[in-house]
Amino acid sequence: MSNITIADAFKNGKAFIPFLTCGDPDLETTAKLIPAMAEAGADLIELGIPFSDPTAEGPVIQDGNLRALSAGCTTDRVFDLVREVRKTVTIPMVFMTYANVVYSYGAERFLQTAAEVGIQGLILPDVPYEEKNEFDPLCKKYGLELISMIAPTSHDRIRTIASEANGFVYCVSSLGVTGVRSEITTDIGAMVKLVKEVRDIPCAVGFGISTPEQAESMSRVSDGAIVGSAIVKIVAQYGRDCIPPVCDYVRSMKNGCRKADA
Amino acid sequence: MSNGRFGIHGGQYIPETLMNAVLELEQAYNKFKDDPEFNAELDDLMKNYTGRPSLLYYAKKMTEDLGGAKIYLKREDLNHTGSHKINNAIAQCLLAKKMGKTRVIAETGAGQHGVATATAAALLGMECEVYMGRLDCERQALNVYRMKLLGTKVHPVDTGTKTLKDAVSETFREWVSRIDDTHYVLGSVMGPHPFPTIVRDFQAVISKEIKAQMLEREGRLPDAVLACVGGGSNAIGAFYHFIDEPSVRLIGCEAAGRGIDTFETAATLSTGRLGIFHGMKSYFCQDEYGQIAPVYSISAGLDYPGIGPEHAMLFDSGRADYVAITDDEAVDAFEYLSRMEGIIPAIESAHAIAHAIKLAPTMGKDQIMVINVSGRGDKDVAAMARYRGEDIHE
Repeated sequence: MSNITIADAFKNGKAFIPFLTCGDPDLETTAKLIPAMAEAGADLIELGIPFSDPTAEGPVIQDGNLRALSAGCTTDRVFDLVREVRKTVTIPMVFMTYANVVYSYGAERFLQTAAEVGIQGLILPDVPYEEKNEFDPLCKKYGLELISMIAPTSHDRIRTIASEANGFVYCVSSLGVTGVRSEITTDIGAMVKLVKEVRDIPCAVGFGISTPEQAESMSRVSDGAIVGSAIVKIVAQYGRDCIPPVCDYVRSMKNGCRKADA
Repeated sequence: MSNGRFGIHGGQYIPETLMNAVLELEQAYNKFKDDPEFNAELDDLMKNYTGRPSLLYYAKKMTEDLGGAKIYLKREDLNHTGSHKINNAIAQCLLAKKMGKTRVIAETGAGQHGVATATAAALLGMECEVYMGRLDCERQALNVYRMKLLGTKVHPVDTGTKTLKDAVSETFREWVSRIDDTHYVLGSVMGPHPFPTIVRDFQAVISKEIKAQMLEREGRLPDAVLACVGGGSNAIGAFYHFIDEPSVRLIGCEAAGRGIDTFETAATLSTGRLGIFHGMKSYFCQDEYGQIAPVYSISAGLDYPGIGPEHAMLFDSGRADYVAITDDEAVDAFEYLSRMEGIIPAIESAHAIAHAIKLAPTMGKDQIMVINVSGRGDKDVAAMARYRGEDIHE
């Protein structure tokens, strides 16, 4: 499995990248959900390791984090989960969590274990360009990509960030925290263009995307769409029975992305 | 190493969306901090509106009762709005206004920073919204209504432990959503750079005054300066101009809650370990997986699982000592100072009084101690009555 890379996610046209919170509602459900989502068309999965105080998240993912922690999810259990699902899942997977989860585990121990269980990258929303040296050298040491984010407020920072970006660039669609938005008004195309002027690296758009139409329109101006809250909402609604409805949703969203390929 | 470090602590661990906002703030601060016009305006407000300099009061009865060090109280409780928080709130609101911002947001624990920000916003004609944990809204109901009177909208925060930590998180979330016209008036020496530096500089007036007043009254520096520590703004303010004076002991008093050997504590340096949270590297109360602990203290203002990065550095170097004071000790001290000197301190400040009660008798009569009375205790009266089993209506 060591030959899996993040680039794989962008080889089959526009990528659909779903997020889920590990351990929500329990780790057994997550273990079934990951292969099922891959089967349904996910090109890369963001696995959220729950954190008590997720400051970049809106209420939906905040609640998902709390459900997972109350159900006993820990970083070690997430590693065990990934080790297990990696036996069958062949798409790239990245961890998305907060700096303290990695730092307090011991950054080196965390990244070494993440690589060993079959993770390709790491997204830390509270680690901007200025602080990436805390984790990036260790990511490189163990062959993980530390994913960079750019935001509508990044402006002239986009070039600097892009010049050192790894894996793919996570384009934050709009101001605010994660969550469903009816409308995205940011000129994503312009942000992506700035990145591509500096580096030939895939760009995926996240924050606020929930409908296949949004997945399509975001994919038209980028290399793929990232969806978190809409999925966590389905998990919250259906609990342990969430696998069929989440898979239906993933299929419809991947179809939205595919339309942008046409 | 990135910007804004205090030893290994500090930094800027925040979402990319906020980076340009803090960079813009740093630029503006660097421009205005030495600007004569800005400083003249700020000095005028401090003198004629806040009431600075605050008194340095010789607590004769307390000194005699404890029978050791000569005790002085720095009366930040006499500032307009009743605490040291106004020093920073007015200065940051003025800075925000110069930056062209029309709206300020703030977190608050006990409500003192919220009231101070609401006051500054009213004075300077700015829109203001304050985030406050639901639990704190209940235990500090008086301050909630004060903010409303001042024209501020108060948002009770229902996430997490419904206290200060969650109010900070929620204010950051609000700031990420609306940056253009909005400045986040952070209330303590914490969060991402440049906040710990800005807030410290605006609070450093406390130690600057103590030093001058002490030299005038006693012709020498004090032997010890005591202050309570949550995030640590009044303490760093009281310590700052003494950091390079090795003869002056600096002692921060954390909230031990029901005791540092229980889970109901907020004593970060006694029970926490290194972490990264709320924009900074520092010490935090957390579990083995880095989940932030649900801390507790009777004092809503000290009920925070972290501590400012400059305190973390002073702790590492041993330049300052940090002790933990329980709820019981703080309540006893609250009552002690009220009866002994006719001064009702904030329950936060009572943590420093409590340590002074222990420390003063061990010091010589030729030694001098200064306690920073960071705020007044009117807001705590109903809660203290409840603590003693008396149900009074506010």
